[in-house]
Formats: sequence, structure tokens, C-alpha cells
Amino acid sequence: MAEVIEVSGVRRSYGDYEAVRGVTFSVARGELFALLGTNGAGKTSTLEVVEGLARPAGGRVRVLGRDPYADRAAVRPRIGVMLQQGGFPADLTAAETATMWAGTLTRPRPVAEALELVDLAHRAGVAVKQLSGGERRRLDLALAVLARPEVLFLDEPTTGLDPESRRNTWRLVRTLLDDGVTVLLTTHYLDEAEELADRLAIMHQGRIVRTGTVAEVVASQPATVSFTLPPSVPRDRLPELPGTFAVDDGRRVELHTGTMQATLTGLLVWARDHDVELRDLSARPASLEQAFLAVASSDGVETERAEVAA
Amino acid sequence: MSAVLTAGSARRVRALAAAELRLLVRNRTAMFTALALPVLTVAVLSSIGFGEETDLPLGAVVVTMLTGFALLYVVYYNLVSAYVARREELVLKRLRVGELRDGEILAGTALPSIVVAVAQVVLTAAVSAVAFGLDTPPNVPLALLAVAAGVVMFVLLAAASTAITRNVEMAQVSTLPVLFLCMGSLIFSGVVMPAESVPERVNEVVRFIPLTPVVDLVQLGLTGQTRDGDTVGFGASWSEAAVPAAILVAWIAIGVWALRRWFRWEPRG
Repeated sequence: MAEVIEVSGVRRSYGDYEAVRGVTFSVARGELFALLGTNGAGKTSTLEVVEGLARPAGGRVRVLGRDPYADRAAVRPRIGVMLQQGGFPADLTAAETATMWAGTLTRPRPVAEALELVDLAHRAGVAVKQLSGGERRRLDLALAVLARPEVLFLDEPTTGLDPESRRNTWRLVRTLLDDGVTVLLTTHYLDEAEELADRLAIMHQGRIVRTGTVAEVVASQPATVSFTLPPSVPRDRLPELPGTFAVDDGRRVELHTGTMQATLTGLLVWARDHDVELRDLSARPASLEQAFLAVASSDGVETERAEVAA
Repeated sequence: MSAVLTAGSARRVRALAAAELRLLVRNRTAMFTALALPVLTVAVLSSIGFGEETDLPLGAVVVTMLTGFALLYVVYYNLVSAYVARREELVLKRLRVGELRDGEILAGTALPSIVVAVAQVVLTAAVSAVAFGLDTPPNVPLALLAVAAGVVMFVLLAAASTAITRNVEMAQVSTLPVLFLCMGSLIFSGVVMPAESVPERVNEVVRFIPLTPVVDLVQLGLTGQTRDGDTVGFGASWSEAAVPAAILVAWIAIGVWALRRWFRWEPRG
């Protein structure tokens, strides 16, 4: 499949502060790629460079084979952008805002259709300043899809939406993906990434620290096996088990293991042979949240290592 | 401004201008500034005797003053406010992620104010001609060109002034240097005082103020009178126009340069 978005070694600085420190990824046609990360990880800064809003301080960006900053006129008619914050004049209605936007596009959808897609048709005549935060978010999405884009950039598209609107937004995004639209999305919500992303990258302090499919990213994290020993069984009677003990207070035991089956087998065979009843037994594969938190909690360590390397 | 006159460009500017016109109509302060302030200012100044000292015909004085105030209030002041408001509301940033070019965004936002200003000048000219009697002007195209170039200059100066204007309220202060200077230009350009009674030193400074070449060219076009007090006909008026026109073009160039250097599309982070 052809790469629709190619980002290699991109850097971006604000004065002395380097917000994006050499980011590389690519997105194929019809794929949804999610950028995750804590606040200040560099997601929006990266996205703005890919959208062509800013020139990178270093590295190379191609969208549909062109430089989105230098070839803005050629790239823009084929992309749709939803910024993190709306940017609508407060005194225009939703429909007037969309009509204005449609007037600037080469081949827009009908305004009514775009508002319908985001469930805002019934609020068309309401001034932007009277719309709720979630409604403004949806209006922003309506403008992004108004251009019938081949590539869609969504910066935290469901922040501030109620659960139902989030579901509706996801449904719309999936429909667009089915139509072959390529999507680059940032989000705070891990379930959103799990739900929508074909591949994702976790950013931390301006760098991509994990990337791949949800399964691949999660695979780098250990599974968790946990149980409680009955009072009659002293802790030292437990056999050697593959993995590391995360919690171990003599009663409650939590193990992190890369080989869940072997750990469980060892544990269960021992329990059967010694007639031990393990309470609250659970075995969980790693989750995206776990992978994310592992990255987020690695603060400081990464920076020091990076500075030594640099 | 890179707003090339292609069909797509015209369509985009029109769409943005239509929305801006709605916003102008819904903003009472801006509407008052745009519709009433220039006329009121000229009416008050005339009633307290401005323009009586000069040897220019009253009709031409009124048209010149109104052109000046329309450019200052309707184009300059209004647009500093509009550009800053759109920047702070993140509208400019949003517009820049679409197909609009930078020049089209500035032009589309400015268009309603420009139309209002030019309509006022033309209407005032028509009314003055009837009310005060305006002798057949020697060079109308020159006067119209001067108004057009003045519009371009003040749009650029407005965009440049947004760099020193943090929010819409600040526009009341940040526009004062240009407004005061330009009012000085009106006073010393033969509108209020007869040209020959203005000290030579003052005259040498005043002729370089942004509004002065517009005032000079409008007067030249409407009355044939030059800055030095001579009266010329159609042919000679073109050559007399050379110096003010050069000053005007220089200000437009400075405006473009300042715009490129200092204009910000987003609020300061």
C-alpha cells in the first residue's frame, strides 16, 4: 500500500525548547494512525507540522507525496483538519460557519449533509457561542469532513464529548476509513486508540517511544498474574515461577511475566499438588493503558539517558 | 498580498467576506464606527469652523475630510480590531488550515469594511456635489486611484498594527499613534489651514505621514490644487501626482514588509 503520510526525523522547536525531537512514522492509505502521549509530549506540535501549519526545524514531511508546507496549495484541497480548539467567530451560527467554510473549498459536501453527519442538523441555526463544548467539537469535525478529504487530521476529536457523541464520532470515523480515507489522530483516550487505531505511536518528551499495532505495543508489556495465598500456606512454600514479583506481602502476590502460560502452569500444578486454594486468582494480558503508564512513568530516566547520548 | 485574481481565489474571498459582513452587522460598536463615526466627525468639525480658513471649495474639503476619516476609522481602526479579534478567537489559525491563501484571509476579512468606506466616500462626494456645488473636478480617476491605494495602505497598516495589539480592547490604544499622526496630516494639508500658512518645516514632515499623500491626491484630483497652492489641469495633475504617489507606494511597501515580519496568525502562546 502507498504511504499517504511520511514523517521522518521531524524536529520542532519553540525558542530554546525542542518540543519534537526526531519523530518518524508513516501512514498507509485507508489506515488510522493514532498519536498518544501525555500533555506536552509533542503530539499537537507534530500534527501541526504534518498539516503544513508550521515548517519543521529539521526532518522531512510528505503528505500525498508532497511537502504540506511548501506545496500547501496542492495539498490542502485533499485534506481535512480538525484543530484542538475550534476557532469559530462566536456570533455566527453553526450553519453560517459551515457555509462560509464550504465557500472556501474546491469540492465541498452540502452543508446540511456535513451537519447531519455529526448530528448537528437540529442546532444549525444556533450561534456558536451558545453551543456546548461538545457541540463545537462536532462542528469542528463537520468542517474537517466538509472538504471530502482523502486525509483527515483529528487533534483530540472527542475531548469534551458525552459517551454517546463519542460513539457517534467513532462510527463516522470508521465509515470514512471504510471509504479509504487516511486518518492521523491524537487522543488522550486509550480506549479511543484501541477502538480505532490500526497502528499507533506513544510519544513522550518529543520522541516516539513505542509504535506498532495495539497488540504489538501491548506485547512489550508483561502480563499480570495475581492471587492471594490462604493463611495456612506460608509464602516461602511458593515454587520458583517465571516472572517478577510486583506485589508480594506474604499474602497477596502479583507477578509480571512475559510467559503467562508457563507461569500459570507452574502455579496451578503446584497448587493442585499441594492442595492449596488460591483466592482471587486472575491472569490478565497487558493492556494499552499499562503500556502507556509504563512510558508516562519513565519520566526523567529517558531524558537523562538522552542527554548523555547527545 | 498574494491574492491573485483567479476564480477560486475570488470565490474563497467572497465566502469569507460574506461571513465577515454578517459579523460586522452583528457587532454594534463596529457598526457605529463604520457607519456613523466618519460622518459625525466631519459634521462636528465643519460645524465648529474647520475648513472655513482654507481657500478650497467646501465640497472638496468635506469629501477630503471624509475620505481621511473613513480610511482611519472604517478601514484602519475597524480592521485592527477585526484582525485581532479573529486572531484571538483562533479563527485565523483555523482559516489557515483550509484552502484559503494568507492574502485571501486578510482580504476577505477586510472586504466588508473596505466596501463600507468606499461607499461612504462616493456617497459623500455625490451629496457634496449637490449640496455645496462641486466644480467639475479636473481628474476624477486620480482621486479614485488615491482612495484605492489609501485603502490598500491602511489595510496593510492595520494588519501590521496587530503585532502591537494583544487583544481587542488594546486596539483603542495601539491605533492612537497612527490615528493622531494622520489627523495631524488632515490639519496641515490645506483642509483646515490654508496650505501657504503651514510652516515649511512642518510641511516637510507632514507630507510623509501615511494619510497625507492620499489627501494630496484626492485634492489634486477634485480641485487641481497642489500641495504648494498651485492649481493645475488634467494633464499636469498626473505629473504633480508623482511625489505623493511615490510616498504612498513606499508606505504600501513598508506595510507589506511589516506584515511579513510581524504579523502573527495565532495568539501569543
